[in-house]
Amino acid sequence: MAEHSFADLPADGLVAVVKRDCATCEMVEPVLAQLRETNPDLMIVTQDDPTFPALDAVIHDADLRLSWHADIETVPTLIMRSAGEEESRTVGWSRVQWEGLTGVCGLGADLPDQRPGCGSMSVDPDRVDALNAKFAGGTASRRVEFAELEDEFEAMFDRGWSDGLPLVPPTPERVARMLSGTSRDPSDIVAIVPPNLIEASVEKVAINAVMAGCKPEYLPVVLAGLEAVCNDDFNMHGVLATTMGVGPILIVNGPIRRGLEMNSGMNVLGQGNRANATIGRAVQLCVRNLGGGRPGEIDRSTHGQPGKLGLCFAEDEEGSPWTSLAEDRGFATDTNTVTAFCGEAPRIVFDQMSRTAESLTASIAQVMLGNVHPRISGMDTVLVLCPEHMARFSDAGWDKARFVTELRGHLNLDVDSILRGVDGIGEGIPAGLGLEGLQLPKFPDGGILPVHAGGPAGLFSSVIGGWVSGPMGSVPVTKEIVR
Amino acid sequence: MSVTVLDPTDETTPQVRERVSRPESLAGLTIGLLDISKPRGNVFLDQVQNRLAELDATVIRFSKPTFSKPAPADLRHEIASQCDAVIEALAD
Repeated sequence: MAEHSFADLPADGLVAVVKRDCATCEMVEPVLAQLRETNPDLMIVTQDDPTFPALDAVIHDADLRLSWHADIETVPTLIMRSAGEEESRTVGWSRVQWEGLTGVCGLGADLPDQRPGCGSMSVDPDRVDALNAKFAGGTASRRVEFAELEDEFEAMFDRGWSDGLPLVPPTPERVARMLSGTSRDPSDIVAIVPPNLIEASVEKVAINAVMAGCKPEYLPVVLAGLEAVCNDDFNMHGVLATTMGVGPILIVNGPIRRGLEMNSGMNVLGQGNRANATIGRAVQLCVRNLGGGRPGEIDRSTHGQPGKLGLCFAEDEEGSPWTSLAEDRGFATDTNTVTAFCGEAPRIVFDQMSRTAESLTASIAQVMLGNVHPRISGMDTVLVLCPEHMARFSDAGWDKARFVTELRGHLNLDVDSILRGVDGIGEGIPAGLGLEGLQLPKFPDGGILPVHAGGPAGLFSSVIGGWVSGPMGSVPVTKEIVR
Repeated sequence: MSVTVLDPTDETTPQVRERVSRPESLAGLTIGLLDISKPRGNVFLDQVQNRLAELDATVIRFSKPTFSKPAPADLRHEIASQCDAVIEALAD
């Protein structure tokens, strides 16, 4: 928010803000008349009816500018100012407080001792967004006025802002409301967005979050998500430019999941939850509209994958006997985080018959051996374990480290069987590297990221295969969500 | 009533730059061959180098540290300052 301006208020003296549509304001009308006698400079501001109170020189705050700038939340409000600064204020009617503030005794002798006030029109939910948009220092972004006969939804498609789905028009009022979701200044730079390496301000991210359909309380997650993908480790430029069908996948941990009512349960990787659906979309819209990462331009993906519209989900921490993804990555359980992973579309791990941890581990490994291609190794993966699969491991008393160790034991590739040309298949690793007779791990150290999520029934987990891992490709990045 | 929205883009305008005119001949020129480090890019560039040698061009070979990231600024500067033209090899 911009600095409040008190230019319209007197440097010294009393100010009373009232409205007729408030019984307490009407009740104190004689008190204001009384104060005018002792303090002729008393400034009286009325929000609704210019003829109320029936006194001289009442200022009508028709556009609520003065009320907004003076942070009036309740009427009546009585303010004492001195040397251009507010000295004190009292809200509602309280004889003791009004007398204390004004130094005048015997105010409203026939009134009750106190009576609460009413809501100021400047904080009326139907007005506050427009007022914020109008007075909060103004937004820095260019205003685009659509023509009278232009359909605003078609106009946004025409301007190339959309990922293919309709967008919510980012009016100044909606953007102001979105910006109320963060304590960060609208001009703060959140990230340098690839591929064009554009500085993204909080305001620009908020505009794209409005378009994506986010609520204001999602904005901190969008900001952290954008930070997580815009750095050399995650390598968003490469993730866009690769012909492989991968994109940023966001996993949210911490108490904020519940506050935002994110889905970590049934259909967790699917449709139907606003936060899940719009947070990832907002990050992708920032990459598109700010960074310039558009399909057919820098985005060269052969197939892409449906999650590139935005894939974001929450881990089911409460239902998990294991440490969370965020804990594994060094964050406390009460810290809110978002982890960005460069991944392909989720693929199902079907196992309805394993009844022991050993059987299920070997079974999951068989699916994971096929990640990307059975002969290709060295890429990370997210493994989304469903609750019924997780039960096999908790029943056996396995912790996450035990599971990963056992799993990796099944995930070694015999080099001799994956050499190029073996079985008449050209794909594979080249001969002559001195690896013949050896085994190669399918996944790099630390390259398996288990996450617990999914509906309570069903023996289906999911794997989300990665892209080139490590500093030569994309490294998963976790950022703390700061409100 | 018309609708006013805030611009969601970066609001920049791309800078338009003239392309360098195509050389009449490659004879005597220095040509950079940039391997982006995809498998077998070198196979392609070896062939290109042979053909360029027949045209009396001088060849300097460069390679990106990884195909997955943009060429570092220093490498781009090195190519621009040493070469008259560059051929980049995507491969697989």
